[in-house]
Amino acid sequence: MREAMVAVALVWVAASGTAVVLIRDPLSQAFAVGFFGLALATLYLSLQAGDVALSQIVVGAIALPLIVLLTLAKVREKPQ
Amino acid sequence: MTPRGRLVFFIMAAAGLSVALGIGFSELPSFGAPISAYASLLNHLAPVQRRVTDVVSAVSFDYRGIDTLFEEFILFSAVTGIAVVLRPLSDEVRDLPEDEAPERKVPAPSPAVGLLGVILSPLLVLIAIETITHGQLTPGGGFQGGVILASALYVIYLATGYSTAERFQPTALLEGSDGFGAGGYVVVGLLGLLGGVAFLTNVVGLGHSGNLISGGTIPLLNVVVGIEVAGGFAILGSEFLDQTAVIRPRRK
Repeated sequence: MREAMVAVALVWVAASGTAVVLIRDPLSQAFAVGFFGLALATLYLSLQAGDVALSQIVVGAIALPLIVLLTLAKVREKPQ
Repeated sequence: MTPRGRLVFFIMAAAGLSVALGIGFSELPSFGAPISAYASLLNHLAPVQRRVTDVVSAVSFDYRGIDTLFEEFILFSAVTGIAVVLRPLSDEVRDLPEDEAPERKVPAPSPAVGLLGVILSPLLVLIAIETITHGQLTPGGGFQGGVILASALYVIYLATGYSTAERFQPTALLEGSDGFGAGGYVVVGLLGLLGGVAFLTNVVGLGHSGNLISGGTIPLLNVVVGIEVAGGFAILGSEFLDQTAVIRPRRK
């Protein structure tokens, strides 16, 4: 059971990490990087590292995409 | 640099990196190998020595507490740097955007989203306090709980808008808690010196393993770190939000 969970998490990390690299549009990339963070958190959880998984969720799936999204909103403003 | 020169430079760098990584990885324990001697030693020692049930907390806030002190100041200086870089510059103004089409009807935000925010943000505050105060018992602690606490502010912004969210972000309080938390870590460390032992030594009564108040200075450090991280991430969010919502070039 545990091996299956680790295997699923590893595949998910590999797939979403590749997706982050291949997506060229920064807005879609911000969402993809959020999913990548969630995948990493699942991997850490399946390896029984609860503390690291919690940090990964709060930083990788909340803080990082938020900062990228707000920065995109700023640089896309129409020049006055 | 010509494309050819760049390729040669890349190949040399990649070769060096792969050799270094190869040597490093070859010495790593294989997947699923038994945990290291240091880890099993800590698993046996920490619950007895420090009366905690989350050994990771004992490592970060006690055995290697000085490392966490430096990490706190890394975060502190990063947040300070962002606040400096993202301040309104001399050719920028800080005010709410003018409505250029006042006759346009803007649909009101859905009440369902507001209700979700009303339910979600107090829940996040509660989970944050739970995560911070139970750091010595279960996975979690000051850092994770602090970010969850700050994310309650993000939920208020998403559910309402900039003007409401700004009322929940008093700058003086956020900056004060960032500084108080970072300084508080040093103060808790000084308790050791007052007790006549080394800096950051766990000198407070350890209590009983499994109780909410147990582990001596570990829960104290979790609380100050939680205050610092919550303040820091809230400043981070509000600085980026200000840049997006209210800071704009001054009109000529």
